[in-house]
Amino acid sequence: MQPLTRHQIAWRAAQDLREGSYVNLGLGLPVLVANYKPADRDLMFHSENGIVGIGPIAGEIEEDPDFVDAGSQKITLSEGAALFDSTQAFAMIRGGHLDVTLLGGFEVSETGDLANWDAKMAHKGQLVGGAMDLVAGAKSVRVTMQHTTKTGEPRLVEKCSYPLTGIGTVNRIYTDLAVVDVAENGFLVREMIAGLTREELQAKSGATLMFAENFGTLDVPEL
Amino acid sequence: MIDKRVKSLEVALDGFGDGSSVLVNGFGGAGVPFTLIKAIENTSAKNLTLILNSIRFVDGFAPQIFAARRVSKVICTAARSRGHNTANYEHQWLDGDLEIEMVPQGTFAERIRAGGAGIPAFFTPTGAGTELADGKETRDFNGKPCVLEQAITADFAIIRAAQADRWGNVRFRGTQGNFGLAMAMAAKTTIVETDDAGDKAIPPEDVHIPGIYVDHVFPHEDMRPANAGGI
Repeated sequence: MQPLTRHQIAWRAAQDLREGSYVNLGLGLPVLVANYKPADRDLMFHSENGIVGIGPIAGEIEEDPDFVDAGSQKITLSEGAALFDSTQAFAMIRGGHLDVTLLGGFEVSETGDLANWDAKMAHKGQLVGGAMDLVAGAKSVRVTMQHTTKTGEPRLVEKCSYPLTGIGTVNRIYTDLAVVDVAENGFLVREMIAGLTREELQAKSGATLMFAENFGTLDVPEL
Repeated sequence: MIDKRVKSLEVALDGFGDGSSVLVNGFGGAGVPFTLIKAIENTSAKNLTLILNSIRFVDGFAPQIFAARRVSKVICTAARSRGHNTANYEHQWLDGDLEIEMVPQGTFAERIRAGGAGIPAFFTPTGAGTELADGKETRDFNGKPCVLEQAITADFAIIRAAQADRWGNVRFRGTQGNFGLAMAMAAKTTIVETDDAGDKAIPPEDVHIPGIYVDHVFPHEDMRPANAGGI
């Protein structure tokens, strides 16, 4: 069995973005998703500092400190982009105008609670950013994360142990081992990598897994 | 004749002192009023309240503000420093000497906008059921729990913009705007530092902050550091 790399998780998440969607990509792994946008799809990427229509990261020549995304990266704009202020950026989010938010996570519960903002780091302040607004307002909330922590603890759990970002909001999870939906009665596995058994995936998860009727192999290209 | 342009930082910051509250624009380096932040660092004012997206950039750019413990309260969305070290403000916070009110970013923007628009409080679904809603009234609307959030106003707002005219109208470039319009609305005194404060009026349809919200325009010496995007 070969767990997915971060780039392969991003590639898989990108395949589910529908033509014409407005999408917010969170810090870390989710921003990689833009690199794997299927060529035949027109997508508009939103950033909560006031952009719809983020283009590629700026090269040295285009780099301009007045053009940054919410991760402070210097960016370019795509054709058809619009700029606006933060109150508008969040009106789009809370008002239900954003189709998809892709976020990183520490834990997701079987009822769709997300914990992703406060790692309770000693000697460090907190950081919430726009995550609580995004999970409260986007039409579809999708999380990318490793299936377990570095020490093997499950991140798919019955109840989150870290402080919550939102309650009952997560729709789909992309991990290095599986694609899992949060269904009405719990975690529903849609895809799993080859060479792993259902029992092995269950053992790496902290809540009961169900397997979809059309359950398939999580297949990704070499990247 | 209306001319809001001022020649000195002393005039721009008239009335600023102990106990002042300041809204500071800026996100990822864009729209950050570097010159005015340095000017605040160069005063001796203490017991300040700062209202801004992220504390980190102030501590990195004007370290004396926190090193000398001149801030008593911060309202922000981000207070985690980079790397392994603990920042000045984090030491102060861990000592129990700095109050940090952590606010979800959309709620932060809307509380400031509400403050400037005469709305004292509003209900929002953001943060319902999380620890950031602890102690706040929660009420269901359309079957969704919502949190009562209070408006924010302040004594000063400081903003950087590409262009301003003598009427106080402001035009941003790129992503400079972020919290600027809301902050200009919510402050008793709004100061805009700019690269371009020429005699020509900004075309009305290009105005991002109407001059009615702006008190002083300061054509700055450009203090923006080369690595502004990263701080």
